[in-house]
Amino acid sequence: MSSNYEDRNRGYNGDEDMDRGRPMQSRGGRRMHRRRICRFCIEKADLIDFKDVRLLQNYIPERGKIIPRRITGNCATHQRMLAEAIKRARNIALLPYSTD
Amino acid sequence: MEAPRQYEVVFIVDAGADDAEVDRLTENHKQIVTDQGGVITKSESWGKRQLAYEILHKTEGTFVLMEIEGSGREIAELERRMRVNDRIIRYLTVRVDEDRRRAEKFKDRRTRKAAKRPTSRGGSPRGASVPEFAAADENDEG
Repeated sequence: MSSNYEDRNRGYNGDEDMDRGRPMQSRGGRRMHRRRICRFCIEKADLIDFKDVRLLQNYIPERGKIIPRRITGNCATHQRMLAEAIKRARNIALLPYSTD
Repeated sequence: MEAPRQYEVVFIVDAGADDAEVDRLTENHKQIVTDQGGVITKSESWGKRQLAYEILHKTEGTFVLMEIEGSGREIAELERRMRVNDRIIRYLTVRVDEDRRRAEKFKDRRTRKAAKRPTSRGGSPRGASVPEFAAADENDEG
């Protein structure tokens, strides 16, 4: 848990740096900038179904956590729909809450 | 009230139950819903599935999906029955009509935008708008 929190902090600081206009690559290229594209926007998905386990599994790594938006690049709307669907799927044991 | 609500109900039956028992249960549930004035629009069994995690020390269960249209009263009754039933180890009810309507709205908006876009992009705006007006006039007459 704690490691993840630090991770998030780092990401947040990074955003602040960007706001101040500091060069991003000065940190030895540690951070990679990938173009972030929302997969669901491209597919024009209006609904994300909790029964579609195969789709939802892509957003659940081995640990069982939902991959954050800053990594998947999903737009806010679709990430929210996705999270909702994953939580529903977890409720009826289609997806795990956590694994170890 | 106005439009009937749509629900999706998924429930998990203990894997120890055979097909006949699962059928009997689903028939029972249908009866409950129709008695309360609801309509079953879809009912399907997904068969035996591995549970993602243990529930009551069980690792397997039979999943059944039902789509129901109604006022919401039948859902309350159905959930009450499922809660009491020992054979049903988990259930989930999701109201889907609002989400579906929203999706429909998005779709509509998109198609309307798509219809507009080529006219506004292609050539001068004035030239593009003329056929649109002509089409509208035709519609009015017809």
